[in-house]
Amino acid sequence: MSSNQLKNQHLWWRAGFGPPADQVSKLLKEKPESLFHSILKASEKKPELFDVADLEMRALVMENIEMTPGKRPDLKPEEKQMIRKQSVLDIAKLNIRWLEEMTGSHAQLLEKMSLFWHGHFAAKTINILYDQALLNVIRENALGNFKDLLLNVSKTASMIQFLNNNQNKKGHPNENFARELMELFTIGRGHYTETDVKESARAFTGWGTTFQGEFNFRPRQHDDGIKTFFGKTGNLSGEDIIEILLGQKQTAVFITKKIYRFFVHETVDEEIVQLLAAKFFDSGYDIRSLMTSIFTSSWFYDPKNIGSQIKSPVLWMVGIRRQLPMELQNPAVQLVLERLLGQVLFAPPNVAGWPGGKHWIDSSSLMLRMQIPQIIYRSDAILSKPKDDDDVMMGMRDQALAKNIKKLKNPGMELFQAKILWDDYIKNFDRDADTELYDSIRSLLLQKVTPVNENGMIKFIDETSRQARIESITIRLMGTPEYQLC
Amino acid sequence: MGINRRKFLQLGSLATGTMMLPKFLKAFEGKANFLQGNKVLVVLQLSGGNDGLNTVIPVRNDIYYRARPGLGIAKDKTLALNSEAGLHPSLTHLKELYDEGNLAILNNVGYPNPDRSHFRSMDIWQTASNSEEYVNSGWLGRYLDAQCADCSKPTQVLEMDDMLSLALSGDQMKGLALRDPKRLYETSQDPFYKDLLQAGLHEQAEDPVSYLYKVMSETVSSADYIFQQSKMRPVTTVYPNSEIGKNLKTIASLISSDINTRVYYVSLGSFDTHVGQQEKQEKLFNDLNEAIKPFTDDLKSNHRFEDVLMMSFSEFGRRVGENGSGGTDHGTANNMFLISGGLKNKGLLNEMPDLSNLTDGDLNQQLDFKRVYATVLKKWLQADDYKILGRQYDYLNFI
Repeated sequence: MSSNQLKNQHLWWRAGFGPPADQVSKLLKEKPESLFHSILKASEKKPELFDVADLEMRALVMENIEMTPGKRPDLKPEEKQMIRKQSVLDIAKLNIRWLEEMTGSHAQLLEKMSLFWHGHFAAKTINILYDQALLNVIRENALGNFKDLLLNVSKTASMIQFLNNNQNKKGHPNENFARELMELFTIGRGHYTETDVKESARAFTGWGTTFQGEFNFRPRQHDDGIKTFFGKTGNLSGEDIIEILLGQKQTAVFITKKIYRFFVHETVDEEIVQLLAAKFFDSGYDIRSLMTSIFTSSWFYDPKNIGSQIKSPVLWMVGIRRQLPMELQNPAVQLVLERLLGQVLFAPPNVAGWPGGKHWIDSSSLMLRMQIPQIIYRSDAILSKPKDDDDVMMGMRDQALAKNIKKLKNPGMELFQAKILWDDYIKNFDRDADTELYDSIRSLLLQKVTPVNENGMIKFIDETSRQARIESITIRLMGTPEYQLC
Repeated sequence: MGINRRKFLQLGSLATGTMMLPKFLKAFEGKANFLQGNKVLVVLQLSGGNDGLNTVIPVRNDIYYRARPGLGIAKDKTLALNSEAGLHPSLTHLKELYDEGNLAILNNVGYPNPDRSHFRSMDIWQTASNSEEYVNSGWLGRYLDAQCADCSKPTQVLEMDDMLSLALSGDQMKGLALRDPKRLYETSQDPFYKDLLQAGLHEQAEDPVSYLYKVMSETVSSADYIFQQSKMRPVTTVYPNSEIGKNLKTIASLISSDINTRVYYVSLGSFDTHVGQQEKQEKLFNDLNEAIKPFTDDLKSNHRFEDVLMMSFSEFGRRVGENGSGGTDHGTANNMFLISGGLKNKGLLNEMPDLSNLTDGDLNQQLDFKRVYATVLKKWLQADDYKILGRQYDYLNFI
């Protein structure tokens, strides 16, 4: 039988980014169901949309309207360079901005759900306006209706560019988008044929975007012939294809399965997923009610689900900041960690997103994760160097761009200068005797109850003062393999 | 875990070393059995897309010189390989290896439907997938899976880096990344980790916590093992102080030890020369050239050169025509170097690129890189290439 505290923490980790430091006493008492409703309520407000793009660059993009559809406006080389350079810097800003939101926002479920969709609708561009617009579409619809989400995402410049739909023209189809729409975004492999791919690619011909990133349907590039798709024949449009796919129960099953694996357990419980998927389908793809069913069910709190997941690098990093509030003097250090640990926001490995689970862990990433709490505590530098990202650097090493990126991250991009706000954290243990501290802190930090060696721990606990004791227990426990789990 | 705390402490104080070692650690006590005669592969990744046409230069091809009025390397500046081809002027030691019969070159290597994104194309090369497949494990990681089903030595596959590449990440096993054996040893020997491992004894525990403890345990013991091996016969040859120099020096000292490592992975870059290609490529090739010399000398003097194969690759080559900024943009097919004292076929193994037959200004690949992998896996590492690559490829004859 899991304690109320363990269940509440489980909910915080899965429906959000970990329990907040200022609500520890509530963790003990509140019922998980009422906690969920307060988390859900906090996520119901329309999110504030991000806008970090540099104004000068935006102006440059906005005033250069294309003359021929699909043909980019003629920009001077230095203007192109400026846009590219500024984009790289602004995408880094957007990344940090979102991490702040994940850390501090009360709309935890909304941001967590958005992170899920960010991996589901994985795209990588090097255009800040496109990246930002896609994220905003996701955050606006993350808990809304999957149909709206899918349709709006499909019309973003980010997706259209990433999956080459700009090149999808009547007579010269490019099937990339049509294929991924089925394989990764809706019904999944094995539930469509190559003919379906070909026919639907024709339906999406003419779906393009302007240079500014607005959706732009180009009738002259659109194939308005007769297509047959999933038994329906006619002059089908891209919207029709999406509608038909959503009419397939398998789409609800595919999405529910993926949600289950992300939010509940890597191993799918078929019976539960089928029930959830049927409800999801009948609700017309209401994401909010699907998530409510999951987080208010009794099986969600089953001990086998608790502590069963390896935290993604972003969840791990944000979780530390939520549990142990800190002021980061150098927020760009988080980008270094993202790269070293293999989850750079806005740069998924490919259109299939991050594989997750055990894929997060190898000897380098595990050892680094275990060292980081000490590094934060001592404001140390991270010694490991991430690999280069040539897609972002664009061969401009040692030149203006590289200097600018360095400037953004300076001073000392790998230096973890953080001021931990211990007072807020320590208050949580005011009622514990010294001898109870270890157990209290452990129950707060570890979701996986395994015999972490308390005796081994003792020699690493600084007993010179009560504060030192709390600090050292906390930092050490955060450096265990168990802390990687939630 | 039925042992209560007090009993555990008693055991701990009575039992000596090995008794308390988890099973993972014990595996390392056996004698190493990979000595001379065992083949070793060194993969050299030229990151960023090396310009193959300015690496092995088609010195008699007018199309090349027309497409590259600024960047083309004049015939008399190249290091002549034969009447058709010359090496980049900086690669003098590779030219020596060529003259000795210890260098082979494959041209036009690539894959169908090439992708021009660095990340994606690198993934394709590292996972050995087709262009339209997404695979979550690397070919050398799957080699480790196949070789090491029961063994607990991820040290069979090592990368000289702080981060592990996808290439070395298998479905079950993962290779190990390190920059410096000593530094890895020092970080991993934190007494805190030892205590966690001793206390944990997590072998029967449920996934994924046991997985984490297994990785941690393997890291701690491998770090110790690698460090001890690296001290066994330290290399005394002088290597350049460049990153590639240091890395090849570490590899050379490990190869001369009794370590069980079969594959080393090392990267050099960035070759993404959109601007100012000439100086950039030259600098990188100089670093490579100066590091390869002591490396091959060491292998020769230790009589290991016949057992070591170095294979280079890059995620793509570059376009045939130069761009307007003194550089070249992302292209397709490329060449690979094969360096060893044990080559069966040497020199230029296939035709130089056909510059009169391009697709959108890019070379057409003639040789799927997975055939090279299959050959190396089967004929050099004696591994089950079909199992690792998932398809049967025709072997080549260079080894």
